[in-house]
Amino acid sequence: MNLSGRGHAPALLPLLFSGAFVAGILSIVVGSAHIAFPDMVSAIEGKGDPIVRAILLELRLPRTILGLLVGAMLGTGGAALQGYLRNPLAEPAVLGISSMAALGAVIAIYFKLADAHPWMVPLLAIVGAIAALVPLLRLSGKGESPLTLILAGVALATLAGAGISLALNLSPNPFAAMEITTWLLGSLEDRSFKDVLIALPCIVIGIGLLLSQGRALDALSLGEDGARSLGTDLGRVRLVLLAGIAIGVGGAVAVSGAIGFVGLVVPHLVRRFTDRSPSAVLLPSALAGAILLSASDIAVRVIPTATPLKLGVLTAFLGVPIFIHHLLRERRLW
Amino acid sequence: MVAIRCRGLDVDLGRRRILSGIDLDFSAGSLVGVIGPNGAGKSTLARAILNLLPAAGGSVAIDGTDVTRLAPPDLARRIAYLPQGQELHWPLSVERLVGLGRLPHLAPFSRIGAADQAAIETAMRETGVLPLRERIATELSGGERARVMLARALATGAPTLVVDEPLASLDPGHQIEVMALLAARARAGALVVVVLHDLAAAARYCDRLILLHQGRVVGDGVPSEVLSDEALAAVYGISAWRGEIGDMPLLVPLHRLA
Repeated sequence: MNLSGRGHAPALLPLLFSGAFVAGILSIVVGSAHIAFPDMVSAIEGKGDPIVRAILLELRLPRTILGLLVGAMLGTGGAALQGYLRNPLAEPAVLGISSMAALGAVIAIYFKLADAHPWMVPLLAIVGAIAALVPLLRLSGKGESPLTLILAGVALATLAGAGISLALNLSPNPFAAMEITTWLLGSLEDRSFKDVLIALPCIVIGIGLLLSQGRALDALSLGEDGARSLGTDLGRVRLVLLAGIAIGVGGAVAVSGAIGFVGLVVPHLVRRFTDRSPSAVLLPSALAGAILLSASDIAVRVIPTATPLKLGVLTAFLGVPIFIHHLLRERRLW
Repeated sequence: MVAIRCRGLDVDLGRRRILSGIDLDFSAGSLVGVIGPNGAGKSTLARAILNLLPAAGGSVAIDGTDVTRLAPPDLARRIAYLPQGQELHWPLSVERLVGLGRLPHLAPFSRIGAADQAAIETAMRETGVLPLRERIATELSGGERARVMLARALATGAPTLVVDEPLASLDPGHQIEVMALLAARARAGALVVVVLHDLAAAARYCDRLILLHQGRVVGDGVPSEVLSDEALAAVYGISAWRGEIGDMPLLVPLHRLA
């Protein structure tokens, strides 16, 4: 395969950009309320039915933007974690980072901290993500096997799940059970531009920090000694990645809950169209993540179910087979 | 000219002292073998020189500057390092892998330039891996991969090369090739420090040998002096046959002494 200077197949980025654009348009057009195309055009032009306009611009548009943003963050987060940990099973949800961030967000919302300031939700989500990342990075620094990290992730996710359930059970909330599933499985229903304003800066900062570390991730292909002997300051890399994942995933989870497996699936899908170096996988994973999450969010709207399907249910169905495939392959190494 | 200077170097791993009181000078234009039995501290010395392990006492200086004061990319441009074990975590192409050697030279967000590409080509040619450039490095044989990893270290273009156990997993033909290549580098003016288990290769190719035992330097000089019967008996517990073919020194380990 011919590759460009950045290590991708030349058509990859244009295709993914177009795909993300199409997914965004479809996400605005498709929904449970059927709206004829001419009505859409006139609504966007500021004419026509105000209800149609409200559906398109106040319900579907923020949901679309969030789908693209959160998907991009989860895709990049997965690619960066896989590169740093040199573990193809790593991703924010599998390692319990998303669940811990969701626990932070739940604490902020149900203990009324969010009433003090709306930024308390992403802030506590970021703190939750850091609480997961610090022990994980410590374990990885000790050269533990991939299995140990995955088990640590399982422990963190279980702990966070229990914490979320406890927090919601303790709060005077008649919809506790429903809310628990929303936070644990993720959803983009009924989001507004307020959520976009929370997620956007966090995700832009998060993705920016992760993209800046591509070269260090490449050097880490040779292991920690190899990377350091090539001039990589591992302490700094670890700090920037921790900040990037925590801020980005924290901001994403604060508005969407813990959506699993996007960060696992996406790097595996795009890697074959790159030179397989970690840096070449980062940006394509962002774009493919945006496409995958938007497409999944469109699917949960169109699949006819009695109650709306949760986004994380669909991404889990996509992700678990890939997870098991790699688990079986990795088993040889344990 | 002294390229690397160790003074009173102590290194600990966990609570154990691995190296104590190492005083060594390494000069450019020589092939220096670091030998010693398992656990003598050979790899630890290599890693301490590269500042990959902190000194518990004493110091290491590169071109007169303490290693801890050199910025990581600056240090990487002065010393190329080939660790033991050929660790590689992603299925990169040979050319991409050798290209990693140029990372210390690249400005942030810049791409590989003509000078970098030339260094990559030269390194691949010298190690005989040019025909493998499109191959996936994780799918190569052990010997091919060892040469590709050596090419990666050479591509750095650093005046000093520290190589840990480059002969493991190589057949005799490739062992001769690799040692001849390292010797040629030294003759061309580089300092090459090579950790070796193979005493025959050490005797044959190295200008100077440093014999480590239990974390201390117990021999330092030309191979014929360092590999004396007494030293081999005391450090390795072996006897050896010694000879010469032309001006090529030979050493064959014979028996384990009781």
